[in-house]
Amino acid sequence: MDSLADVTSSEDRLRRFLLGLPGVDQVGAEARAATLSTRSIKTTAKAYALDLAIQMIDLTTLEGQDTPGKVRALCAKARRPDPADPTAPQVAAVCVYPDLVATAKYELRGSGINVASVATAFPSGRSSLAIKVQDTKDAVAAGADEVDMVIDRGAFLSGRYGLVFDEIAAIRDAAGDAHLKVILETGELVTYDNVRRASWLAMLAGADFIKTSTGKVSPAATLPVTLVMLEAVRDYHEATGLHIGVKSAGGIRTAKDAIKYLVTVNETAGPDWLDPELFRFGASSLLNDLLMQRTKLATGHYPGPDYFTLD
Amino acid sequence: MPTKDSARLDIRKTYKLYVGGAFPRSESGRSYVVNDAKGKFLANASLASRKDARDAVVAARKAFGGWSARTAYNRGQVLYRIAEVMEGRHDQFSAEVAAAEGLSVAKARPLVDAAIDRWVWYAGWADKLAQVVGSSNPVAGPYFDFSVPEATGVVALLAPQDSSLLGLTSVLAPAIVSGNTAVVVTSFERPIPAITLGEVMATSDVPGGVVNILTGSASEIGPWLASHLDVNAIDLCGVEDPDEARDLEAAAAENLKRVRRPAAEDWLESPGLSRLTQYLELKTVWHPIGV
Repeated sequence: MDSLADVTSSEDRLRRFLLGLPGVDQVGAEARAATLSTRSIKTTAKAYALDLAIQMIDLTTLEGQDTPGKVRALCAKARRPDPADPTAPQVAAVCVYPDLVATAKYELRGSGINVASVATAFPSGRSSLAIKVQDTKDAVAAGADEVDMVIDRGAFLSGRYGLVFDEIAAIRDAAGDAHLKVILETGELVTYDNVRRASWLAMLAGADFIKTSTGKVSPAATLPVTLVMLEAVRDYHEATGLHIGVKSAGGIRTAKDAIKYLVTVNETAGPDWLDPELFRFGASSLLNDLLMQRTKLATGHYPGPDYFTLD
Repeated sequence: MPTKDSARLDIRKTYKLYVGGAFPRSESGRSYVVNDAKGKFLANASLASRKDARDAVVAARKAFGGWSARTAYNRGQVLYRIAEVMEGRHDQFSAEVAAAEGLSVAKARPLVDAAIDRWVWYAGWADKLAQVVGSSNPVAGPYFDFSVPEATGVVALLAPQDSSLLGLTSVLAPAIVSGNTAVVVTSFERPIPAITLGEVMATSDVPGGVVNILTGSASEIGPWLASHLDVNAIDLCGVEDPDEARDLEAAAAENLKRVRRPAAEDWLESPGLSRLTQYLELKTVWHPIGV
């Protein structure tokens, strides 16, 4: 195999490298994910996992009907997720559309919580490169600390890997110092082999994070897909020494699911990745379930959704 | 080819819970043996855990909005439909009540009749409740002032331990007719008629989650329901130990649940309105007039 510096020197070599990646054993990956999700996490380990999961959340609102008021409410929730319990940790970031970045940035000032913005014609990514670059620059200019870009799935699926690579690299430049998360939209990539190739492609092109989904396509994040992506970042770390993060987004709604992901992270990529810098959940309703489980552990009885803020 | 005198194999049943319109096994994987009144094996039933109770409360809360928003008239129709479907299973219910309570089938039949009639009786109350319990209040000002009853929310019912069908019906029907949703913990020793009632619910227009039936121990699950902050009311009917009932009542005070204390009851008597009005909130509206 060529060294990693060489594989990006031409589209031909890149294609040869990506197509030469070993195939994913589909049955094996699903069985492994199913086994990991049966682990029983209780008492102090559970308390640790719940707090860690809260710290890993990118509290997200990506609706056409988003208003500055909704974003302000979300930011207040990000700062203090459980008004009744000041020991509840803050989330990692708030994720919004580019036009609401300035609102979120202002609301989160001084909190240490990042503002993430989707960009590049999210969620479809069907736009010219110039517009995608400008979209990214707008978000960063408005104060986004993290940029969530989507790849051109049409180009990827038709084998134009060079085009996808160049786009990610161009957005990487446009994003400047902002953290770049590359959304693979695994629900549209169809096979695990494609997920592995897209993961490597994104990492080679300069992604800081690889992210499963936009949340607009079903299926969104699944445990086996996340497992394949975690294997990719682990292998990339072995090859280069660099730590790339993973973000699972869409469809993770319960604390139980979140803990399954954390187990998978620990067992696949390793304990280094049990860190909000390297693993994130893209979610909104997940937070309340984590808080309810947290309250259940603290008080010994089940709380109700009436006692938590709306999401 | 079986010979003529070869005995047919028994179908030894293991019943499941009824939660959110589906029939799941207990999350704990546990089950227990249910015997008839003479100690002969009847079936296995799922032994519900606190997590099943939690799931049932979530299902009941989810169903509450839709069920309480239906017209009273429609809820009455649905309750009447329950009676209709039960009537079709009259023989099954009679046999099960007879086995559970140690009666002859002839003695059990009137109990099933009474249970079915009770659904019809409460069905009739659905669209009459507001007239009887609500009021138009004379006030000293230019206001049209009226009070209307509304459902309180999720009601936990620890069903009677003795009367497996009539008692269960008598605590369940008044809770759901006004728009509440219910989580029922059945009689521990006599759960089979309640399980069959769950099958009736699943096939009689009752939306999933309005009635959730857990077979198991009221002593085990009761404290979790009593202290659950998303449960609005609890009926302690099936708790036999007065100390236990007192503890449950204390736990229920945390979020000011409406509590019905256990008391000796004759289920064949006319039930009156006390259970029906137990799970209601009165909303009073002051509407300006002449402006």
